[in-house]
Amino acid sequence: MPVKVRLDRVGMAFATPGGVFRAVEPLDLSIEAGRFVSLVGPSGCGKSTLFNVIAGLLQPTEGRVLIDGEDATGTIGRVGYMLQKDLLLPWRTVLDNVILGMEVQGKPLKEARERALPLLQKYGLAGFEYLYPNSLSGGMRQRAALLRTLLFDTDVILLDEPFGALDAQTKLQMQEWLMQLWSDFQKTVVFVTHDVEEAIYLSDEIHVMGTRPGRILESIPIAISRPRDRVATLTPQFIAIKERCLRLLNTHALEEAA
Amino acid sequence: MAIQDTHRVAGLPGVDAPPGTSSRTKTQPKPARRLPVQKDWPLWAIIAAQLGLLIGIIGLWELSARAGWLDSFFWSQPSKIGHTFVVFFTEGDAWTDISFTFRSTILGFIIGTTTGSLFGLSFWWSRNYAAIAQPYIICFESMPKLALAPLIILVFGLGLTSKVVIAIALTFVISTLTAYAGVKAVDPDGEKLFYSLGATRWQVFRKFVIPSCLPWIISVLRVNIGLALTGAIVGEFISSQHGLGRTIFYAGSTYEISLVWVAVFVLSTLAVIMYAAVSWLESVLRKGTRQ
Repeated sequence: MPVKVRLDRVGMAFATPGGVFRAVEPLDLSIEAGRFVSLVGPSGCGKSTLFNVIAGLLQPTEGRVLIDGEDATGTIGRVGYMLQKDLLLPWRTVLDNVILGMEVQGKPLKEARERALPLLQKYGLAGFEYLYPNSLSGGMRQRAALLRTLLFDTDVILLDEPFGALDAQTKLQMQEWLMQLWSDFQKTVVFVTHDVEEAIYLSDEIHVMGTRPGRILESIPIAISRPRDRVATLTPQFIAIKERCLRLLNTHALEEAA
Repeated sequence: MAIQDTHRVAGLPGVDAPPGTSSRTKTQPKPARRLPVQKDWPLWAIIAAQLGLLIGIIGLWELSARAGWLDSFFWSQPSKIGHTFVVFFTEGDAWTDISFTFRSTILGFIIGTTTGSLFGLSFWWSRNYAAIAQPYIICFESMPKLALAPLIILVFGLGLTSKVVIAIALTFVISTLTAYAGVKAVDPDGEKLFYSLGATRWQVFRKFVIPSCLPWIISVLRVNIGLALTGAIVGEFISSQHGLGRTIFYAGSTYEISLVWVAVFVLSTLAVIMYAAVSWLESVLRKGTRQ
């Protein structure tokens, strides 16, 4: 598989009155096309900073972002980015929210709507197309926000804790739904989460991150075959990976506290 | 029954007292208190009471004037006011005056609100520009704008323009400040979303900033219609050839108290109609913004 996104010694530092604060230590990361990769770590480990850098919303203090081998540092509109909040515009219907990316790119509205409608119906938003976001449940809002990100037509999508605010039951449903979308659309996904189990269940590879400075502690490939089943979370293989992740995060947290 | 049941649960000593203390509370029973219930009168009764009050006040006024308890030279009396009212509409300039005041108010309201809001929205484009403009806006905001009225009349003449300008002066700054407050409250994450989609600044402004600030601008409409009317009336007080304000001022200085009352009533009616229209406009716009 060719490398889709490559971070080349990307680092972030801020000048503070107390000296230089390193938010993210210069790090390398290669993400292959079509893979589902998760970043797991405590708050303050620079996950969101990395996302903003990849999305071109933040200029790294050092290093480069390469997308398809091209320098994309500080270039916006190259990747789909779903922020933690769903950010659906309350004055637009679900349909018109979902086509926002295409609209901004200058696609005629009619064409964009025609393209989005069948997808809304296929991916669980049938009957909600012409409603306003305030009448949707949390899960439905996340679905709309995710479809908006997917319909932006970029090969790479960044998902920043998309299911963080959902209840446990809805979260599981949404994970299955995301898996279906991912296999249908063949995108490269970078996923940020606090939830280790979620990360393992969804990903091909996990990067466990640590704080102060933000860095990758360890990269763990997940060799569990696809399509996956909930039962997979009970296998010794799954539990072993989970244990390793938790141990990493824990040890790191203890070192931090010491 | 339902009320009694809830009451019993709340008041029952054994329920809210911890177990074991029930023997103590048993000796001092709580007084049985009931939820106060107010019965709504039917609509016709409310309207009848309102009309009765109105007729009572007018009747008392007329009676006091006739009996000499109230000096009708200063206070006039309803029968005289009624007569003046008819004269004002049949022989006087009622419609010219109403239309003059209405036009200057509406023009001032529309121009002041739109230009003020656009000025406030423009601060989104540059923080530096906003910082430079800030002290001037605050200065103009704290200045009593009506104090400028004589100057405005001098510059813009005795006609409609000067009244419109005073109405604009009153509505402009508050619109600017409200729209600017809206701009400051725009969700930075929303802007981030738009930029991540590769949006231009103009797209962010049009598709995100303006709709986000719209509820703020809508909230200022009702205040502004009142301010615009005040501006127009004050302008007419100072110097004018037409308008309800001019009629009030003129009638007052010639001791035609009943005409003062007539003009005040007509003005109030005009104010209520405009206020209702703006409230309606507000509800329509709010539906559009879904917030």
